[in-house]
Amino acid sequence: MSPPVLEATGLGVRYRRGWALRDCSLAVPAGRVAALVGPNGAGKTTLMHAAVGLLAPAKGSVVVRGQVAFVAQDKPLYESFTVAEMLAFGRRTNLRWDERAALERLAGLGIPLERKVGRLSGGQQAQVALTIALARTPDLLVLDEPLANLDPVARHDVMRAIMAEVAEHGLSVLLSSHVVSDLEDTCDWLVVLHGGRLQVSGDIEELLAGHLVLTGPAEPAGELMDRSHVVSASRTGRQASLLVRGEPVLDPRWHARRPGLDELVMGYLRSPESAALPSLAGVRR
Amino acid sequence: MIEFQLDRGSGVSTYLQLVHQVRQALRLGTLRPGDKLPTAREVVESLAINPNTVLKAYRELEREGLVAGKPGLGTFVERGFAGGTLADHTRLRRGLEEWVRQAREAGLDEEDLRALFGAVLSDSSREGVA
Repeated sequence: MSPPVLEATGLGVRYRRGWALRDCSLAVPAGRVAALVGPNGAGKTTLMHAAVGLLAPAKGSVVVRGQVAFVAQDKPLYESFTVAEMLAFGRRTNLRWDERAALERLAGLGIPLERKVGRLSGGQQAQVALTIALARTPDLLVLDEPLANLDPVARHDVMRAIMAEVAEHGLSVLLSSHVVSDLEDTCDWLVVLHGGRLQVSGDIEELLAGHLVLTGPAEPAGELMDRSHVVSASRTGRQASLLVRGEPVLDPRWHARRPGLDELVMGYLRSPESAALPSLAGVRR
Repeated sequence: MIEFQLDRGSGVSTYLQLVHQVRQALRLGTLRPGDKLPTAREVVESLAINPNTVLKAYRELEREGLVAGKPGLGTFVERGFAGGTLADHTRLRRGLEEWVRQAREAGLDEEDLRALFGAVLSDSSREGVA
């Protein structure tokens, strides 16, 4: 396997108020589209800032192999600049710069170069920010909430553009989002952060195949199985629903099925003490 | 050229949906030997899905011998389904249309029809195995 494009080892980041990230070790293989999810304040933006070098870790390390381009959540554009001036700014501030690809992208999207950035739609602004990031021909593209504040059509368009770049250039992507349904079908690696700690990091297909959703009578839920399998449990009246890891021995009264990505993410977020970090064997200590 | 569609609520994995749609197009004759499948980039640009999903679907179709990848050119249909000629398909389709008409006259709704067809299909394949 090729070396990971992003690798964090015992990463800790401290703000004045305390730890924003603690003991975070993960490795994202090259060529992946990795989803970074977690509630507000989980440390998603902090992890991204550390990865792209905007923050110095207080502990451990984080390494990106190759060129990295970052698009912050508040699209870093100057509203009074025209699109052409934005491009010129990018060209002068970056050593690696593919002007032709950038012009072709904008022409393909029908975004006029003479238009002021502030007069573009939200979707067009997102596309301009993405174009400037891609013109730097990155090996890893880091996007903080790239779909926030966009309407459904613009969300779809931005996702299509990102996926096309991955298909064409084989770059790796790390993107954060609140909306798990945006990540289904687009991402193939999942990273879940909660309260500054890493909860999940792994191949999405393997994670889904390695978990089950069980529904059945609530009463024997407690003694049902080895508790170490249970990620999270919820009860409604006489029925209980569990997210479990691995292949526990099943009571025949229980109905088992594979979880969806949203169920997997919710299951972990509801139980911050659970963790699935299968890919860490080689990274940790 | 085939244009893929996604049914996001179907519960069927995306890569399998792509595989099924190619198989279906081969059965119906909308894809024929020699036809080119869209590139991974073309598919992801229309559906906004991960390129690896498309490649996985194409690998599966390749494993079944239905398509073949030609380096630098693309992925092409190798063969149609062995199951019956186009004339057979037309004849069987007419028979099925007649069956559906009779079933509707008898008061069966779409769900009844699917259930009945599915039950007969699984019974007959079970007999075939036994």
